[in-house]
Amino acid sequence: MMELVCPAGTPAALRAAVEAGAHAVYCGFADETNARNFPGLNFSRDEMAAGIAHAHARGAKVLVAINTFPRAGEAGLWHRAVADAAAAGADAVILADVGLLAHAAGAHPGLRLHLSVQAAAANADAINFYAETFGVRRVVLPRVLTVAEIAAINRETDCETEVFVFGGLCVMAEGRCSLSSYATGLSPNMNGVCSPASHVDYAERDGAQEARLGGFLIHRTPRGMSVPYPTLCKGCFTAPGGAQKAQTGHIFEDPVSLDATDLIPALEKAGVRALKIEGRQRSRAYVAQVVQAFRAAVEAAGSGAPMPHGILARLTEGQAATTGAYAKTWR
Amino acid sequence: MTRAFLLHLPPPPFAPALLGKGLSALLQGIARRHPSILVRLGAYGGADFLLDVTDVPVLLLMSPAAGRMRVFRRSAVPAHGAGIRGSLAAFLSMLHGVEDGDALFFSGALTISGDTAAVLALRNALDDAEIDLTEELAAHGGAWVHGLSDWLARQSGLVLSRRGT
Repeated sequence: MMELVCPAGTPAALRAAVEAGAHAVYCGFADETNARNFPGLNFSRDEMAAGIAHAHARGAKVLVAINTFPRAGEAGLWHRAVADAAAAGADAVILADVGLLAHAAGAHPGLRLHLSVQAAAANADAINFYAETFGVRRVVLPRVLTVAEIAAINRETDCETEVFVFGGLCVMAEGRCSLSSYATGLSPNMNGVCSPASHVDYAERDGAQEARLGGFLIHRTPRGMSVPYPTLCKGCFTAPGGAQKAQTGHIFEDPVSLDATDLIPALEKAGVRALKIEGRQRSRAYVAQVVQAFRAAVEAAGSGAPMPHGILARLTEGQAATTGAYAKTWR
Repeated sequence: MTRAFLLHLPPPPFAPALLGKGLSALLQGIARRHPSILVRLGAYGGADFLLDVTDVPVLLLMSPAAGRMRVFRRSAVPAHGAGIRGSLAAFLSMLHGVEDGDALFFSGALTISGDTAAVLALRNALDDAEIDLTEELAAHGGAWVHGLSDWLARQSGLVLSRRGT
């Protein structure tokens, strides 16, 4: 059976994930070392140790995401995070930066290393480099690959592969996107915040809800319509049309979430070892419902039964789902 | 008794200050029993949160760090740093971990205004605390609260407790 890797932004969400059937839970410390550095979220050192003990007592693993890129002169914060995760008994750390990978491989040789999606390793040569150089055991593949491309990668590497199957869909080259940095001055890749809440403003105007990021209007949602996250990549913009009429729409991607439930058997056949659910910023209610549904789906795939359907749509951004790049024709 | 009867009570004839005092005591009790809430809130604990529960006749202004809840008539909206607006059912479902806050936001059942970071911190802090409103009320009022809560939940369909969720 493929491993189900589930998100937890808080100790309560971790317990909910384990109870709902997660094989592994991923989470991070409450600082800039992880890519979900949102207010009120994440784990203190004591909470992490307690969470790992809770998960281990119930047969689940904990993977600690330290997946932002250390800033020059401040690598100590990231090094301490790796050391503290190892001391707390983490089953693996999820890293993106080559310098941090080198540090972890040298200073903590017994610690299992996973390569974060933030590293954007999208071909077998890149993955094999990480595996051979740092001993990386698993790579989280970026969300830009088709199922056929994932199968091709798995034929050329012994490194385990993990893919996203549900949740918020990052459509850019992960770890390299600067859209949010441009609008806010804070980096998703170094400060751990895409569309930081401190720079988001919602206001009701003329019967519609307006969302601004860093002062830029990115959504105007009429009352009664589904409201998206305030991310630039899924913003609604007007593009000059030159000689033609200007066009207004979702220039990069529609505000939809990933749901690859139907593709689970194909992903298993493609050699994928683990399935990942996005959403460390979500509540324990989301975690419990999504994990329960995907545990059932993974078990169904393992026994050749049809995939269960349709219960998670209202939890998704835009309340609509896509299979993303796995089976997509890009426009 | 119908839910409409429960939720469309007339504006309270009693002094808002008295209701505020009771709600403040409840808030202080929750903060005592769940100290992680103020830790997770950090500096945002000093913010004033306007809770606009659309189907009750008053507005609530919550100041977590000060342990203070004040009550205002709808015609007198107080100054606030952050605002959350939604039905009583939405607030209670989110508090008790039945509904996801983001999903309520996507559907428009909850709207936010003002300091978005403060709202996010509050949502995350409360979600982690796994509060049970009935248990919190029982800590003040006694065990009889459980029976009343069960009865009210059956009559109204509101999620008043974590039991059975």
